[in-house]
Amino acid sequence: MSVQAATPAPSVTGTERRGLTVRTVLWHVAVTALVLVLMYPVLWLVSSSFKPADEVLSNLALLPDHGTTSNYSQVFGGVAGYSVWQYFGNSLLVSGLAVIGNVLSCALAGYVFGRLKFRGRGPLFAFMIATIMLPHHVVLIPQYIIFQKLDMVNTFWPLVLPKFFATEAFFVFLMVQFVRGLPKELDESATIDGCGPFRTFWYVILPLLRPAVITTSIFTFIWTWNDFFSQLIYLNDPSKFTLPLALQIYVDQTSQSAFGPMFAMSVLALVPIGLFFVAFQRFLVDGVSTSGLKG
Amino acid sequence: MPTIAQARSKGERAEAPVPEAQARPPRRRRQRSGAAYVFLSPWLIGASLLTVGPMLASLYLAFTDYDLFNTPRWVGLQNFERMFTQDDRYWNSVWVTLKFALVSVPLKLAAALGVALLLNKPRRGTGFYRSAFYAPSLLGASVSVALVWRSLFGSNGVVDDFLGIFGIHIGSMVDQPRYALLTVIALAIWQFGAPMVIFLAGLKQVPNELYEAAALDGAGPVRRFFSVTLPMITPVLLFNLVLEIIQAFQSFTGAFVIGSGRGGPSDSALLYTLYLYQRGFNNFEMGYASAMAWVLLVVIAIITVLLFRSSRKWVFYAGEGTR
Repeated sequence: MSVQAATPAPSVTGTERRGLTVRTVLWHVAVTALVLVLMYPVLWLVSSSFKPADEVLSNLALLPDHGTTSNYSQVFGGVAGYSVWQYFGNSLLVSGLAVIGNVLSCALAGYVFGRLKFRGRGPLFAFMIATIMLPHHVVLIPQYIIFQKLDMVNTFWPLVLPKFFATEAFFVFLMVQFVRGLPKELDESATIDGCGPFRTFWYVILPLLRPAVITTSIFTFIWTWNDFFSQLIYLNDPSKFTLPLALQIYVDQTSQSAFGPMFAMSVLALVPIGLFFVAFQRFLVDGVSTSGLKG
Repeated sequence: MPTIAQARSKGERAEAPVPEAQARPPRRRRQRSGAAYVFLSPWLIGASLLTVGPMLASLYLAFTDYDLFNTPRWVGLQNFERMFTQDDRYWNSVWVTLKFALVSVPLKLAAALGVALLLNKPRRGTGFYRSAFYAPSLLGASVSVALVWRSLFGSNGVVDDFLGIFGIHIGSMVDQPRYALLTVIALAIWQFGAPMVIFLAGLKQVPNELYEAAALDGAGPVRRFFSVTLPMITPVLLFNLVLEIIQAFQSFTGAFVIGSGRGGPSDSALLYTLYLYQRGFNNFEMGYASAMAWVLLVVIAIITVLLFRSSRKWVFYAGEGTR
């Protein structure tokens, strides 16, 4: 199907053009219908969060009969003893620090692997590439033991600290690829002007890395924001809970009747992702198509 | 992946700058090498203390009995023996994970390729549609969406009502062993946007002349898909396949939330990582969980190698061979 359109349209006569337009309209209708089906769960979630308790399950329509914000006020009033803002803040803090850590450490490592020549570079680079494929579970338990010995369980450190040590090799690789694409003359002329490697990195390379930095930031933020497994393992005091944890605990604690507030909280947990998506969709989609980053 | 890396490391060793015999390397080079290590130190610390060290430690722990509070006790192969010969829940989790991967990955990739073909047209709005289809890949990993899934497929959920129109009455799918895993699979397929974007990038690379030539030879759309499009995007297909399989084996959040943290009714959605979590962090059997983690690593490595091996038979690289 795609094949036909891929061939450049020959000079079109009147009837052919009409045929094409009908086809284009049909195509738009089909694709839009698919998008709607795909987005239905999200739309349903948003609408359910504005439905009163007796409507959530009985009313399947996307528009509530009696819209209400009571679910939201209930959630802001407190969940498991704390306002949802507390969990929101915790999530934001963890994700924000993770972004800073990942960007700094991965950009540095990417610069070194992509530009500098040094002894042992080959084997180290090979190792870095190999760790991209490493399942997290193999290091999970010893890492937990380390953080336990450091008395850091039930703090944000285990979630944030590893990011400052460039443990997410995918982003290092992304940076390496980007650094390699930068013209060498730039840092050579910086060296001639008397810049050491550090100043070259900070004033020449890092500003040029902007697109890679943005891609890394967005994905780190969204992944950390959504991350459930590590947060589940490391945090156990409700005051430290992030949004995903609070949600899960809330669901475990409450009965079936509390669907409304649960959905309100779910919407709040998705809002930052939605905002990032709307603001940066180009970067996100291009990041995936050029480097194979997974969403 | 390892082969590429090895090839590269070889290539770079050849140009490694400082030969041993040279007593005093030029000052600048030495400075740079020093600076390189200073810059690399965060990564070096992370790689040694948070990756290599823990890997070796978990390999050791796999042969011990360790509950996090007492010192690890060496038990030899006992964990593996128990895992492979006595633990029914272990084999169940293996089976569930295999079913999950074998069903979700092909369907997800098929959906991704299908929609990519649909969007691979120079038409207005394709950029918007591309983003829209990609959105679930970002949202789907969250607890929020997994909770939505539980409601949609739960009792009186939308799916149940919809199937009711056709006279099919299943009831709450998430609460029945027969269907619970299906809902987790549906959630995985819903996130086909990421491989779709990669397919789209691959489709853009297929040269137009090939289609023109095929059309001149009288090939219809179906023939052109199987004889031109599909062979030309096999490298992208391989890439997506490897990534998706690795992801499927490590999938956690969806099954955890949909299965109420227990792995669904009668362990029907107990994925491998879920069981690993239960053993490690509910029962504090850290030795056993480490053994499970290493088996997972080895299996993933073997599958990756096999896929790359098999790729010689079915992946077509333009510019090589027959062209």
